[in-house]
Amino acid sequence: MSGAQAVVEALQREGVEAVFGYPGGANMPIYDAMYDFQSFRYTPLNEDGFRHILARHEQSAAHMADGYARASGRVGVCMATSGPGATNLLTGLATAYMDSSPVVAITGQVPSYMVGTDAFQETDIVGMATSVTKYTFQPLRVKDVPYCIKAAFYLATTRRPQPVLVDIPKDIQQRETEVEFTPHVDFPNYRPWPDPDPMIIKTISRAILSAQRPVILAGGGVKAANAYQELQTLAELLVAPVVTSFMGKGVLPENHPLSLGCMGMHGSMRTNNLVPECDVLLVVGSRLSDRTTGKIEKFASNTKVIHIDADRSEIGKNHKLVVVSLVADAKKALQALIREIEAATLAGKRDGWVKQAHEMVVLAKTELDGNGHCMSGVETIKMLRRFLPTKAIVTTEVGQHQMWCEQHFQVIEPRTFFSSGGLGTMGFGFPAALGAKVARPDVPVFDIAGDGSFLMTENSLATSIEEQIPVTIVVLNNHMLGMVAQWQRHFYNRRYSAVHMGSSPDFVKLAQAYGAEGIRAESPPDLENAVNRAMRSPVTTVIEVPISAEENVLPMLPPGAGLKEMVVG
Amino acid sequence: MSKDAQFRILSALVENKPGVLYRISNLIRRKSFNIESITSGPAEIPGISRVTFTMFSDHARFDQVMRNIDTLIDVRSVEPLEERNATVRELALVKFSPGAPVTRPEVMGFLETFRASIVDLSTDTLTAEVSGDPDKINAFIHLAQNFGLKKIARTGAVALAREMIIQKGN
Repeated sequence: MSGAQAVVEALQREGVEAVFGYPGGANMPIYDAMYDFQSFRYTPLNEDGFRHILARHEQSAAHMADGYARASGRVGVCMATSGPGATNLLTGLATAYMDSSPVVAITGQVPSYMVGTDAFQETDIVGMATSVTKYTFQPLRVKDVPYCIKAAFYLATTRRPQPVLVDIPKDIQQRETEVEFTPHVDFPNYRPWPDPDPMIIKTISRAILSAQRPVILAGGGVKAANAYQELQTLAELLVAPVVTSFMGKGVLPENHPLSLGCMGMHGSMRTNNLVPECDVLLVVGSRLSDRTTGKIEKFASNTKVIHIDADRSEIGKNHKLVVVSLVADAKKALQALIREIEAATLAGKRDGWVKQAHEMVVLAKTELDGNGHCMSGVETIKMLRRFLPTKAIVTTEVGQHQMWCEQHFQVIEPRTFFSSGGLGTMGFGFPAALGAKVARPDVPVFDIAGDGSFLMTENSLATSIEEQIPVTIVVLNNHMLGMVAQWQRHFYNRRYSAVHMGSSPDFVKLAQAYGAEGIRAESPPDLENAVNRAMRSPVTTVIEVPISAEENVLPMLPPGAGLKEMVVG
Repeated sequence: MSKDAQFRILSALVENKPGVLYRISNLIRRKSFNIESITSGPAEIPGISRVTFTMFSDHARFDQVMRNIDTLIDVRSVEPLEERNATVRELALVKFSPGAPVTRPEVMGFLETFRASIVDLSTDTLTAEVSGDPDKINAFIHLAQNFGLKKIARTGAVALAREMIIQKGN
């Protein structure tokens, strides 16, 4: 068996159903090995084959794999050739790294005997990717290929999920030898976390049971551990309000009585005011990023902070004064806490606190009206929530529309909202939506976008048409890099530098040029019709919604401000 | 840097395979950790190296370095060492080129004071080997500038925990 065939066989053994990629000189043997069984068109999968989806840029391939991983909870696989193919993957890998998404990237490399000679399309992708991956492999023997793939999947999915890169020189892909497929791999220095220490669980339970005003702060780690149900059970047992980071958005249904929505830079102002008031803050699966906490010194100065995380290096990294910490899988930790706390009956005892907390938050629902003849961005987001079924998957790009979604798009069901929260990658949403649709063909998938972001990966329209992956992109078009413009308005005395995108394309015609549907929606009924048409359409639809260029995302937490110092206008 | 900034030592056991030192140094660079020295060599376990880091840092920063290094998949264990409970040694090779006003016997007298030994001699130069804790090496190099110092090569510190620690006053 050749190294390339071993790659394909190893992927099949991992149960891979789709690979997102782009061929080139240094990974042609792998593409040749896939030729025998893959479906190059949208057809039902055969028993042992997987589908290959041809991206139009490797960055998009990585985002697709990321979107697939977030929607399915399984590893997303992307492929690229050496050199530019590999470097193009990096933005996507960095995005997945920051948001803890299990992506495995397989790159071709120049033949091993040419590595280091600056050969054509050679680049040190192992060196470059080290900073944005959990681990990198470069097998130099054919018989190591299955181990590397197996280990990549293992590392990507255990403890804190993160991307892993496997860089395979072309001669290793081509060479034939006897290959064994190891059933499992083991890293003596790295094993999944053991069950949480019962003593720490007891300490945490005591602290949170004796709290008068407890709050749970849930982050993306709860989603990664698929602990949605456990979080809800614990919150209900404790009668503790739940706030989330942006990455944790929707981890408790946002229409749940205990859900207080997102906190942080563009969280709700009342939620931000509430958090410093609680006496015990139970942080689960959040790295307490600057976007979530505001100025860290003012974040929880009078609060006992309990921190549960799957990454030991996150404990005490940003917030130094953690009272109790637990390094564990969020699901196991929450289950242990539930067992420990179940005995205590709290129902009714904290109603006052929950009511107080909730009133503060309900009051915060800011109603912004549309301005002038344009629809407002905020109204558009709110309408989309009404028009879309709760099971629909929504991705976003990065910018004002993303933060309007944080504030106004209620997320109800698990695994239905994906955004580039950590890296803030413009162009993430559309390819991620395609990946999500491949994972969940049964639900409608929407990318809520701005005009700037959409243009970064708009060429994925070609992929969506050719591979028959129908999604809908709603482009909130203000002909402006709106978030940068907002900052220039607030912090740079309205000196609008390089943010006008006045002659961006006609998005309806752009969609049509690719064979997609294009609709312009200029009123609420227009938008409702467009959304319904898009959900029935067999092809991808681009809905352009013109909005005002002057609208802001408010309230906001200016950089360096504490949670209670939000700006409203 | 806060009040408790001091010289600190980390000792790690890591897999001895290609790319491991790169991963460690890359981590240190991207987290902006300020490292004074790194040394690496095979440890008592086959396939495992002991890496010694020294840094001038406060406790919080040091703790963060330790947790991050510990997170690396190729790192088996990390332990913090303090000068008072560890044996710390460094070796330096220093080349002298004595000439007026410094004479060769004066250099040799200086070397003797530091228990440095001469490992290479030529008509114009002599090379000395000196070992000890990093403070001693610093002092040696500082003074050597008065004796025609030409070149320095230092290994960086290595350290092992002391097994028996005698408390003062006991």
